[in-house]
Amino acid sequence: MSRAEPGSTRLYHRLVVYVLFLLLLLPLAGTLLYSLATSWSASILPSGLTIKWYLALWSDPRFLNAFGQSLLVCVGALILSVLLILPLLFVVHYHFPRLDALMNILILLPFAVPPVVSSVGLLQLYGSGPLAMVGTPWILIGCYFTVALPFMYRAITNNLQAINLRDLMDAAQLLGASTFQAAFLVVLPNLRKGLLVALLLSFSFLFGEFVFANLLVGTRYETLQVYLNNMRNSSGHFNSALVISYFLFVLVLTWAANRLNKDKS
Amino acid sequence: MNALTRGKYLALLCLLPFAVFFLVFQIAPLAWVAVHSVQAESGWGLDNFSKVFNSKFYRQAIQHSLEISFWSSLFGIVIAILGSYSLRRVDSRLRDFVNAFANMTSNFAGVPLAFAFIILLGFNGALTMLLKQTGIIEDFNLYSKSGLIILYTYFQIPLGVLLLYPAFDALREDWRESAELLGANAWQYWRHIGLPVLTPALLGTFVILLANALGAYATVYALTTGNFNVLPIRIAALVAGDISLDPNLASALAMILVGLMTLVTLVHQWLLKRSYHVAR
Repeated sequence: MSRAEPGSTRLYHRLVVYVLFLLLLLPLAGTLLYSLATSWSASILPSGLTIKWYLALWSDPRFLNAFGQSLLVCVGALILSVLLILPLLFVVHYHFPRLDALMNILILLPFAVPPVVSSVGLLQLYGSGPLAMVGTPWILIGCYFTVALPFMYRAITNNLQAINLRDLMDAAQLLGASTFQAAFLVVLPNLRKGLLVALLLSFSFLFGEFVFANLLVGTRYETLQVYLNNMRNSSGHFNSALVISYFLFVLVLTWAANRLNKDKS
Repeated sequence: MNALTRGKYLALLCLLPFAVFFLVFQIAPLAWVAVHSVQAESGWGLDNFSKVFNSKFYRQAIQHSLEISFWSSLFGIVIAILGSYSLRRVDSRLRDFVNAFANMTSNFAGVPLAFAFIILLGFNGALTMLLKQTGIIEDFNLYSKSGLIILYTYFQIPLGVLLLYPAFDALREDWRESAELLGANAWQYWRHIGLPVLTPALLGTFVILLANALGAYATVYALTTGNFNVLPIRIAALVAGDISLDPNLASALAMILVGLMTLVTLVHQWLLKRSYHVAR
């Protein structure tokens, strides 16, 4: 290899990137085509194109209901996460910096304990008794808080480190603000953008959560992923329209997060 | 009590809601599983575990889980290495686009992904038909172990790229130039400089992919309606199935899964400490 890369090396790298892109695109492109096909069997390309599957999907009350319930659960979980994690981070970083090491171990737990394991305990503990939550959206909101925790904690920590929490607090207090005022009126606005990015990205992966939703709640409060799984026996075209609609929704969210992130830097 | 310590107590009070929720939804379920995994009809003991290891069925589930995780992580990381290395060497527009796209497809997992694969590679899938007609393959069964490995590999690739792309920062361009000036060829450069520098990052990514595949439930459940024998499917069937419920046995299986995941997490943390960080 010479220093100014020869054309063949450049070509190789471009080729690899294109292959990677095609590999990732293929299942999506196939599903998209299938969702737009009138019928598609025993041939390489579909026989005709139509949007009737999308019309059927978006006028199905059960789908709209599941979509709305998914939105509610995810938004609820994110509100809960912010309410619990922001004070925690503030207290840890401002008052007890040494707790950060402990927190970094604790937030590994949701990662090391797969949802299917937690579900075993959750089903037994909250199936009956004083905290009977199985089958209600409340248990999902609580579980989704633990799912979002590691990501939110890391993302907001990075933001806090970038804004020099201590200097900001000291300056605000020097000017006569109480700790509470300084945290709310000075630190919080500075975290706004980073927080929004973290929320958008958390939303996009919570929206795709299936294990807790299916095992703990199922059809009693049907979310989008559970609905999708329960529709397995309906038309493949209908299902494809569902998959594509879901992916486009998540795509818009992640795209928005990416844009926000770029503006920041 | 002076104002300073009162402030600290108030601050500790702010931690309380978080502690309660974390306890209820994370610690308590795990503790329940841990306690009940060592409880059998006769009292405390390892009966559940010996039941698991004496059963061909459960041994097969563990073996399937390990095999699928290992191969999908290996294929996933090889593709991710080739991909992210090349990504760094193409022009920035193509790079940013493919990077963003890989980021987005990392959310394309679970049920929707299984459905997409059924449409493409199922018995009557478009790609299966195409490959059959051209005579490249005789038959392909997506619902088998090799089918699952392909499916898992697909969701490992975006995660692998996401984790590995920054790792290549550690390789400085001038090292390669120096090696070349000193007469090393490409193979020698990779063998003595490139790979040793990247090894901790590569292994770290590999174990994350392993954990990702070991715990995966949604994809395999949606693909086979719970008929393929892997560890997460067995656990779920014992607490939410239609036939035989046995939460204690489920707990034992769950602890085996947690044990595997903990091992993986510990190895990752250890590797993270050893990895080479380039000074900026």
